[in-house]
Amino acid sequence: MKLYLKIWRQKDASTPGRIVDYTLDGVEGDMSFLEMLDILNEELVSKGEEPVEFDHDCREGICGTCSLQINGEPHGPDRLVTTCQLHMRKFNDGDTIVIEPFRATAFPVIKDLIVDRSAFDRIQQAGGYISVNTSGNTIDANAIPINKYDADEAMDAATCIGCGACVAACKNASAMLFTSAKVSQFALLPQGQVEATERVQNMVRQMDLEGFGNCTNTGACEVECPKGISLTNIARMNREYLSATLKG
Amino acid sequence: MSLIKSSLARKYVMALSGLFLVTFLILHVTINLASVFSPDFFNEASHFMGYNPIVQFLMQPILIAGVIVHFVMGFVLEVRNRKARDVGYVKYKGSANAPWVSRNMIYSGLVVLAFLALHFYDFWIHEMAYKYVEANPEDPTRYYYETVEKFAPFWRTILYVVSFVLLSLHLWHGFASSFQSMGANNKYTAGFTKFAKIFAVVVPLAFAFIAIYHHLNPITH
Repeated sequence: MKLYLKIWRQKDASTPGRIVDYTLDGVEGDMSFLEMLDILNEELVSKGEEPVEFDHDCREGICGTCSLQINGEPHGPDRLVTTCQLHMRKFNDGDTIVIEPFRATAFPVIKDLIVDRSAFDRIQQAGGYISVNTSGNTIDANAIPINKYDADEAMDAATCIGCGACVAACKNASAMLFTSAKVSQFALLPQGQVEATERVQNMVRQMDLEGFGNCTNTGACEVECPKGISLTNIARMNREYLSATLKG
Repeated sequence: MSLIKSSLARKYVMALSGLFLVTFLILHVTINLASVFSPDFFNEASHFMGYNPIVQFLMQPILIAGVIVHFVMGFVLEVRNRKARDVGYVKYKGSANAPWVSRNMIYSGLVVLAFLALHFYDFWIHEMAYKYVEANPEDPTRYYYETVEKFAPFWRTILYVVSFVLLSLHLWHGFASSFQSMGANNKYTAGFTKFAKIFAVVVPLAFAFIAIYHHLNPITH
């Protein structure tokens, strides 16, 4: 199929970017979206032009590296997939596809379609961990019984790959789905209780410092999340934060 | 202090002030419905509300403060949220993942706020002037006539009805959303959300019915 691509090109963080038009022929439905961009880049390189920079790593939907706002939606029009898992069969011959970086003040553009998502790392570093004795006396995690429901909920929250689609989809560029998933995966488990009070406060504080927006409960993040992280996590974070703050 | 400054605290303030205003709507619509079904009771209730010192000097200021807090915090959040995305998308398909009402609370809220200005002009300022400026004697029978007469002009009735539609949209998202903001998302959520949606339709519909009813049934004397 033949596609008309409108791609955000930006030399670096300090240079203003713009949309550049490309026409790409010979795209097959079995290609992934990133393979389609690979082909475009091969063409650009063979013509002596600068290739389009975009983030990618595992290309099997588990690493959270790929991003892209495709036709106005993070990871494109398909549900529960990352951009690397998006197939070109979701598009039709002659389609125009607008490809932009994830947009948020806290995710500044580095180049073309690559944004700096280290704000997520800093939120995680602020409290997304448990302190475990690793000096040889480590207790087997399975030694503490955990009921099935909590274990499942914690696992569901832990499947967040930190790609940033929630921020990209949110009209307020809010990072509450990400932060709440990282709070929840520990809040639900006994191992997470020791630091529970400081964790939620520190992670929310860091989230605010990074300049993410607030949550309006539109639910856009949940719909666009490639891992199906639920809004119940945001409610849990709100609950945890309220009780942590009241405890002082 | 951290609670006051944090983004989550702003959510709590929006949710709690919104819930407080919802409870006021229940009282307001109940008394107003009496103007259709029992003018005498409407006069009695309105007179009580107008002259009871607790209502006048404690509850009324709290209510006005509730409106101000909800509006100011909503505006602060809107400004902060816009700053959180300094460069916008060339193409943003908001309708693909969220309902229109949830994405436009600021606009439905601003219409409701503009309506409140008209509503204050129509009733509250008149009431304050009647009681405290002109110092008229108490008249427990005037409220029904004053209310019905207000809806004689077609334009005012239409403005009220349009505002109630926007109020309905605002409540449709806001009411159910307030419990999520306060951290409640459990087995009761589905039932509560259903109740909140019904409330968001029924209460504004009742207000619109009252306005239209009085417009169509003017007092002839």
